[in-house]
Amino acid sequence: MLSFIGRRIGVVLLILFGSSFIVYNLEAVAGDPLADLRTSSAKNKAFLIAQLTRTLHLDVPPPLGYFQWLKGVLGVFTGNPDLGKTRDGLLVVNEIAAAVPITIRLVLGATILAILLGITVGVITAIRQYSRLDYSMTFLSFLMFSLPIFWVAVLLKQYMAIDFNNFLASGQITPPWIIGASVVMGLILAGLISGDRKRVWMIFGITAVATAALLLVVNLTNWILVPGLGIVGVGLLAAGVAVGLTSLIVGFENKRVLYASLTVVLATVIGYFPINAFWKGKDLNAVVMLFPLVGLVLVAVVAAVAFTNVDRGSAIRTTVVGSVFAFLFLLIDKLMQTWGQYINADGINLRPIPTIGEVSVRLSSNDFWIALMDALVHVLLPTIALTLISFATYVRYSRASLLEVMNMDYIRTARAKGLSERTVIVRHALRNAMIPLTTLMAFDFAGVLGGAIITESVFGWHGMGTLFRAAISTQDLNLLMGVFAITSFMAVMANLVADLLYSALDPRIRIGK
Amino acid sequence: MAKKNVAVEAAESSENAIALHETAGLSQGQIIRKRFFRHKPAVASLIALIFITLFVFSASGIHLGTDQHPITIPGWWKYTLTDIPDTNFCGIAVGCPNWQHPFGQDPIGRDYFALVMRGAEQSIMVMLVVGLIGGVFGTVIGAVAGYFRGWVDAVLMRFTDFIITIPSIIIGAVIGFKFGNLGVVALAVYLGLFSWTGLARLVRGEFLSLREREFVDAARIAGAGNIRIIFKHILPNAMGVIIVAVTLMLAGAILLETALSYIGFGVQAPDVSLGSLISEYQDSFTVSPWLFYWPGVLIISIALCVNFIGDGLRDAFDPRQRRRITRRDLIKATFKKPAEEA
Repeated sequence: MLSFIGRRIGVVLLILFGSSFIVYNLEAVAGDPLADLRTSSAKNKAFLIAQLTRTLHLDVPPPLGYFQWLKGVLGVFTGNPDLGKTRDGLLVVNEIAAAVPITIRLVLGATILAILLGITVGVITAIRQYSRLDYSMTFLSFLMFSLPIFWVAVLLKQYMAIDFNNFLASGQITPPWIIGASVVMGLILAGLISGDRKRVWMIFGITAVATAALLLVVNLTNWILVPGLGIVGVGLLAAGVAVGLTSLIVGFENKRVLYASLTVVLATVIGYFPINAFWKGKDLNAVVMLFPLVGLVLVAVVAAVAFTNVDRGSAIRTTVVGSVFAFLFLLIDKLMQTWGQYINADGINLRPIPTIGEVSVRLSSNDFWIALMDALVHVLLPTIALTLISFATYVRYSRASLLEVMNMDYIRTARAKGLSERTVIVRHALRNAMIPLTTLMAFDFAGVLGGAIITESVFGWHGMGTLFRAAISTQDLNLLMGVFAITSFMAVMANLVADLLYSALDPRIRIGK
Repeated sequence: MAKKNVAVEAAESSENAIALHETAGLSQGQIIRKRFFRHKPAVASLIALIFITLFVFSASGIHLGTDQHPITIPGWWKYTLTDIPDTNFCGIAVGCPNWQHPFGQDPIGRDYFALVMRGAEQSIMVMLVVGLIGGVFGTVIGAVAGYFRGWVDAVLMRFTDFIITIPSIIIGAVIGFKFGNLGVVALAVYLGLFSWTGLARLVRGEFLSLREREFVDAARIAGAGNIRIIFKHILPNAMGVIIVAVTLMLAGAILLETALSYIGFGVQAPDVSLGSLISEYQDSFTVSPWLFYWPGVLIISIALCVNFIGDGLRDAFDPRQRRRITRRDLIKATFKKPAEEA
């Protein structure tokens, strides 16, 4: 195993050396960084050319220049890598260090969201193969496969930002919208649930009426402008998730785990006011903000251990996931309470959803929650756009993979020995079906640092994608190589990690021979 | 529960019977064709794609060669990229769609139908060339690596890894930016040269398992050479995987080309692409939305058709994918059976 990893790393280094050498020389030969200076009419043209030649070492022939660059990169082992300077005389290392957190903020959330949603939908459509739900999701995922992100982004900006902001001026949902939304919700739910015609109509009616009633309540309470879940909302949502998770992971008939999960809900409800008071504290930061999560997870572990004596692993999993959800509901509630304050803040003025940028420049408040809200509304549209695009891949892959596994003999065996369908799917099929997806995930997480060139450009973010684009269009060799070094390193490492994960998860695959 | 399983078993055995009955006496090609034509969305997409392609190419004509040496076959549409007919005014916008200009006019006054058709022509051209080059390279490299194994495999696969390291958008950008004005075919060729890696890996995997099969031994004993075994014996059996992967590559290629043109690294002005049109007119969305919608609608239609055709082909080629057995089939099978067995 170790020798396999060693050999693979050796090969990886060789590949990286080769590809960076090629890209360096390709770019150095194809682009002339002095092109715009040669045609400039500046009086000190000769001086400027000489200066740029000196800072960028343009007098060194490209193959030699590459080795100079490589020597700087290898400085990473001594702790101070030197990736050279950009055309503007800035250190490439600093530029990249500034871009990385922005890119992570942009892409990481979308990647995780796409994986979670995509796998969930893929699994459901595989279980309900050939149902109406399956057909409509298949069509939707093909549509998403075919969407150009830059086109979707413009639509999102128009309908989810500009029109939503206009709507906020009143904050009242108009009757045509209420009727439309009710009908659509009814159609969606009636489409999801199979049954005879009478049942479908009944579901449609109930859903439509419920949606209309909910929207009326939203209007009456002015919920859009002053939203909130309240202690009741948080408690109900957390309880719903607790029951759902229990019946999904261990089965509803397992009362001990159910009680343990509900204990976590109780702790959440009891902790509602203390946690909110704690969050009002003055010097709050992202780490301190998470303390209640730690507390809830601890409660979850203790409750699971206290209530159960067999199969504690899955009991702990159930309660801990439930506690994370409970914390999320608390957080959402807190953010909703901040919403009213945020949209009325200076520099926002009831137009909260931005179409461009990473933060509001004109926002004067330095309250932690306002700042968090600001970051969230800025990341909202790019995240939706990115999720839409990669969601479809996960739906298709997880559906195909689960369908293949469900046809295996061991699934037949599991059913034959009388296990419930839930156990067969969750414990036997799903785990094996997810193995092929590790490769996809490894590559997606590696791709995070590459940034999303198109998305960054549409939404005006200054991450890795923007750096790369700037490097290409201004013939900035060092900057291009800096970005390339990071993205290609991540790509080959993802390849290696995917192989190792695969062999760790699937005992049939043996590596090293 | 138990009752349901019995029912499932019964259904499965009769499903098999139906499947066998349906394929009895047909060649592999006939079975695949039959299965494909049963996939309604795929057939509809195939017809739509052929229609779009013919419509686009006949409307805009065919443009090859570089700016200096253009090779042009004119189309039936009355305007070209360079024509600037009179602009009509309508409210705050200029150049609304009318009978003269079904897609409207851009702010300069150029006929937008001509621009969009030209862009679609470029995108389809890129798609086809990338599919051709990527398909041939991927298949040959994967086949040789998988068939010969050993050091040939090692070298070719490390070469593949090496190409994978260079993200396609980097290559597309470097190449598009430097060579974009050589015309769209040159861009497509370069994109194709870097998009075969996924296919090569798939084909290699397929060849690794197929080369161990008995029919390969039989062919070798009968005296067939390596080239003959690769192309005549193994390749037809790997065709399903290849065709499906190539359709996905086609859909990816059209999105890659439009994305590159969108950020300005693909097709260069004065020539247009669907991506560059969207990039140019995205800000006029509120005033003249037709400038924004039409290029996007074409990209989505083409990519969606290709994806559905790929899905249909996957179903047709995959022997494990069985068709959903409808009640009508069961009734048909039940009533036919006695006669067949007799």
